[in-house]
Amino acid sequence: MTRFVIRRVLWLILVLLVVSFVTFALMHLVPGGPWSRDKQLAPAVVAALNAKYGLDKPFLVQYGNFLVGILHGDLGISYSYQDRSVTQILMQGFPKSAILGGTAFILAMIVGIAFGMAAALRQNTWIDYVCVMFSTIFASVPGFVLGILLIIVFSVGLHWFPTGGWGSPSQVIMPAVALAALPAAFIARITRASTLETMRQDYVRTARSKGLLERVVLIRHILRNALIPVVTVAGPEFAALVTGSVIVETIFSIPGVGRLFVEAVFARDYGLIMGTVLFYAFIISFANMVVDILYGVIDPRIRYD
Amino acid sequence: MAISENAANVSVRPHHTLWGDAWVRLRRNKLAMAGGIFIILLSLAAIFAPLITPYSFSHQDLTAILQNPSAKHWLGTDGLGRDVFARLLYGARTSLAVGIFTQIIVLGIGLPIGAIAGYAGGTVDNVLMRFVDFMYGFPDILLIILIKAILGGGIYQLFFAIGLVAWVDIARLVRGQMMSVKSRDFVAAARAMGGMGPYITERHLLPNSLGPIIVSVTFNVPRAIFTEAALSFIGIGVRPPTPSWGSMISDGYAVIFSSWYQVFFPALAIALLMIAFTFLGDGLRDALDPKMRH
Repeated sequence: MTRFVIRRVLWLILVLLVVSFVTFALMHLVPGGPWSRDKQLAPAVVAALNAKYGLDKPFLVQYGNFLVGILHGDLGISYSYQDRSVTQILMQGFPKSAILGGTAFILAMIVGIAFGMAAALRQNTWIDYVCVMFSTIFASVPGFVLGILLIIVFSVGLHWFPTGGWGSPSQVIMPAVALAALPAAFIARITRASTLETMRQDYVRTARSKGLLERVVLIRHILRNALIPVVTVAGPEFAALVTGSVIVETIFSIPGVGRLFVEAVFARDYGLIMGTVLFYAFIISFANMVVDILYGVIDPRIRYD
Repeated sequence: MAISENAANVSVRPHHTLWGDAWVRLRRNKLAMAGGIFIILLSLAAIFAPLITPYSFSHQDLTAILQNPSAKHWLGTDGLGRDVFARLLYGARTSLAVGIFTQIIVLGIGLPIGAIAGYAGGTVDNVLMRFVDFMYGFPDILLIILIKAILGGGIYQLFFAIGLVAWVDIARLVRGQMMSVKSRDFVAAARAMGGMGPYITERHLLPNSLGPIIVSVTFNVPRAIFTEAALSFIGIGVRPPTPSWGSMISDGYAVIFSSWYQVFFPALAIALLMIAFTFLGDGLRDALDPKMRH
């Protein structure tokens, strides 16, 4: 187990190294540089700026400097926000993305598991059909389209919620729902399938035949085992929600990391692009790693060699 | 007597093929058929758009901007006086083109890589799959945005930006399929009869992996369409005046309070197309699942 964890952590570091290198290379391929403005700067000014920020050095040297910076917890400087470092900018944006993604995640888990269980326990009744229908529809409508439709109904039509911004709980509800719908539908589908599967297992029949209360069978034998596949998708889903709100943040004007990235690409802000991609890649890879490790803890049948 | 009766039974037993069975099952699935018919109708409407609407997607009538739906303009006009219905129809061309061409790129990269990894196994498989793992380390949408920023331009560059990122799933799927089909008896038989690697891959492995690949493509097409809409919404997708549902939403968003239908119709169109593909994909998966074959 310890060996597995160590190997998994080393793999995580390697993935991040590759991601950072590829991003660094891609970023330098984007036409124009951080000093491309509508009004052209004098060549001498550009040269001086490049020298100041080390952009005149060879590519590999720049990459090396970046890596050294990371070891000191420094993701480099942003070229469009002159007053703050990339680390500071991300630390300001990330809590917003995290609150939004976290709320959406909790919402998706509760709704998804509840509907999935309800559908499975009442298989082939109208409850099941309604749950399956809704999960099929919401599994296909992207968050950004749902967000637009929510704004039309609840902001334009009913005036219940503001169209966007950040600061009050009422501004979190709509984007969180828009983000949560798809994973909720996905989790409901998985929960339903896995609960149906578990209900057919021999140990459930045994538990019932020993005369256990239905409630006990349900919670101790069915629920616990049925949720194993849900846990495996929970990690990646959480990472996807926290990092995947690029478009939804733009629609609802939430100054999170996703929107920072879009602005950074438009401004060719190398430092901020690099920092964002790496930060997101870290969250995604880390979540996958935790799931890989936790999988064995939850399900003792799985052994690491 | 009994023997001849059996023989008669055998001779009248209808001929079943996998694809025939799948088609019968698919036809019985009402939602899948509804999804398929919607996609076909939308494609026809997109192809024959000039016959359906007299308006062009780019003609601006500045005397009639931001009009409500009427007999003259079925879904109203946008902020530049362009007919929304016409733009929806021509925008469907963009969406469907993105759906189709990205999948060609995805299959063009993913099929060979997955097939080689799955068939060759060993070191080749290891190297290719580690590469796939690295691709999974990237946040998808960020990588697409970055590649699109490098390639610049309009719709063709968009095909590549999405295709270059989305092939990973197919490669993984094909590899898994290859590995599972490879160990079947009929492949061993083909090899015993002297079949060579490429021949076996082409005649036995790929056809037997086709079902899951078709299903996966059916789910990937709407993802590509949605990605185009999302990128066009934030302004790095197709270039104006190419009509796109995503840029229609983005244009209409500024006037959402005065004329909400500007964003409503394109958003609804995206949602309906996504749902249609999901219905069709679910139906295809059930229809092609050999375990359901009786």
